[in-house]
Amino acid sequence: MMDWLTPEEWSAVRLSLWVALWAVACSLPFGVAVAYALARGRFVGRQVLNGLVHLPLVLPPVVTGYILLLGFGRQGPIGALFEDLFGVVFAFRWTGAALAAGVMAFPLMVRAIRLAIEAVDPKLEQAARTLGAPPVWVFLTVTLPLILPGILGGAIMAFAKAMGEFGATITFVSSIPGETRTIPSTIYGFLQVPGGEARALRLVLVSLAISMVALIASEILAHRIAKRVRGT
Amino acid sequence: MSLSVDIHHQFDGFDLDVQFQTEGGLTALFGRSGAGKTTVINALAGVFRPDRGRIEMNGRTLFDSPTRTNVPVHKRGLGYVFQDARLFPHLSVAQNLKYGARFRKSRVSGDQVVEMLGIGHLLDRRPADLSGGEKQRVAIGRALMSGPEMLLMDEPLAALDQARKDDILPYLERLRDEADLPILYVSHSIAEIGRLATSVVALEHGRVVRAGAAEDILSDPDAVATFGVQDAGAMLRGRVVAHHDDGLTELAVGGGQLWLPRIMAPVDSTVRVRVEARDVMLSLQQPADISALNVLPATVVSLRDGDGPGAMVQLQVGPDRILARITGRSAKALNIRAGQTLFAVLKSVAVAKQDIGRG
Repeated sequence: MMDWLTPEEWSAVRLSLWVALWAVACSLPFGVAVAYALARGRFVGRQVLNGLVHLPLVLPPVVTGYILLLGFGRQGPIGALFEDLFGVVFAFRWTGAALAAGVMAFPLMVRAIRLAIEAVDPKLEQAARTLGAPPVWVFLTVTLPLILPGILGGAIMAFAKAMGEFGATITFVSSIPGETRTIPSTIYGFLQVPGGEARALRLVLVSLAISMVALIASEILAHRIAKRVRGT
Repeated sequence: MSLSVDIHHQFDGFDLDVQFQTEGGLTALFGRSGAGKTTVINALAGVFRPDRGRIEMNGRTLFDSPTRTNVPVHKRGLGYVFQDARLFPHLSVAQNLKYGARFRKSRVSGDQVVEMLGIGHLLDRRPADLSGGEKQRVAIGRALMSGPEMLLMDEPLAALDQARKDDILPYLERLRDEADLPILYVSHSIAEIGRLATSVVALEHGRVVRAGAAEDILSDPDAVATFGVQDAGAMLRGRVVAHHDDGLTELAVGGGQLWLPRIMAPVDSTVRVRVEARDVMLSLQQPADISALNVLPATVVSLRDGDGPGAMVQLQVGPDRILARITGRSAKALNIRAGQTLFAVLKSVAVAKQDIGRG
């Protein structure tokens, strides 16, 4: 029943899901921290942080990919550091595809979580502190439960974005079958050869289905934030 | 128990400069909006940091600007009941109540709190399903169960209608009398203060203008301007003698008997009745054949002319002091002067139910 996609196409779908999952899982803690800092923090450089986070949204993806190559390539300062410290290589590996996808999806994730945090009344956190709760406990027991739907919504948006990431990925890690050839790269590859439209169309439909499901799920969750924070 | 507050803060066009001490009981922090009440209570709780000053509770320094001491909110050991209950919407009532219990040992048990506040039937509900009065009772319970050394209450009744206020006032009286917990109660309602307070600190434009025992402050004609002439009134303490068949309750007060519409208090219990100055009439002779039931022998302590046509007369009635507001013309006609003995007349129906509380 799985033969409606070729092994090559299945490989692309699996790889895309794998890459997107890792991208979201690894960026989520940072996403929550940055969103909290932007929503509640009062520090010098807040606007700079805000700009940095949103940069991938406005830069041409090719530029983002190239910057990643410079920084996270084997010769890049951060890339070399990661290889020395953790033995993790990004260049031309699926890990690099996940990094590129995570960076590109980060602004969407932060935006959704930040909106959820801003919807939480700081007076509730203040009340928790007067009851003797230390700040970390207040975050875990009051803030976090109230923004959980927002975090899930942000994660889903980021997942959908990561699934579809193309420009930065192909610039950074190229399109290696089974390693970095995700659904968009595969579609692009099919369209480069005559008669590939039909094969591309199947993956287009898969992509479309995943994105729609993700968008609807994130809408539903976003709706629940408001209800939860209102307490109804 | 002792609390000592000395704080200064400069706002735009407004200087806060507040010093006072309290020793247990329910201390009312009175003032009109903008007088600085909430700023003071927030400084106590640690959610507002004043420019300069010192706050000490039971010998523990909570804030001291010269030594840069500023105990963080969660280590201050104060329960805070906000005007807008601020219950956690994602937790049930029972979970809300238990929230602070893990950090400090409470002297009162959860069962006692639930019983005292009458919230046993609400435990499984969510805050969104509670009425305003129920929310506020749960918020009080939550603060109590966090084991505070003192309870701060910021106009806990201000957002409620009169019926809800009447529901909660008896619980606040029980809290004052049974929880053995000092309370700092912010309010701009002289009626609430008259009913609840054991001592009063009055603020005006960021400064303390009066401080002292509630019965002294409320019966002081000089303080009337602070509290508002319309609402001025003092307290009479009495003992319930009997409930009569015609719907009246008989009280023994220092100067005689007081007949009031039925009071929900057992015979022999003590009550405090807030008598509004404008409801008290004066007569030089013991009046006969009048409809007012309450005629109490009184001695004039002082007479204070107001800016308008009114005058405020302070009267000694047994051990209590009350106020009577009459016109300057009547004061002149009756030749009211200190030391004079006369009769204070009070209509039974003039005393509002919410002005009668536990003594």
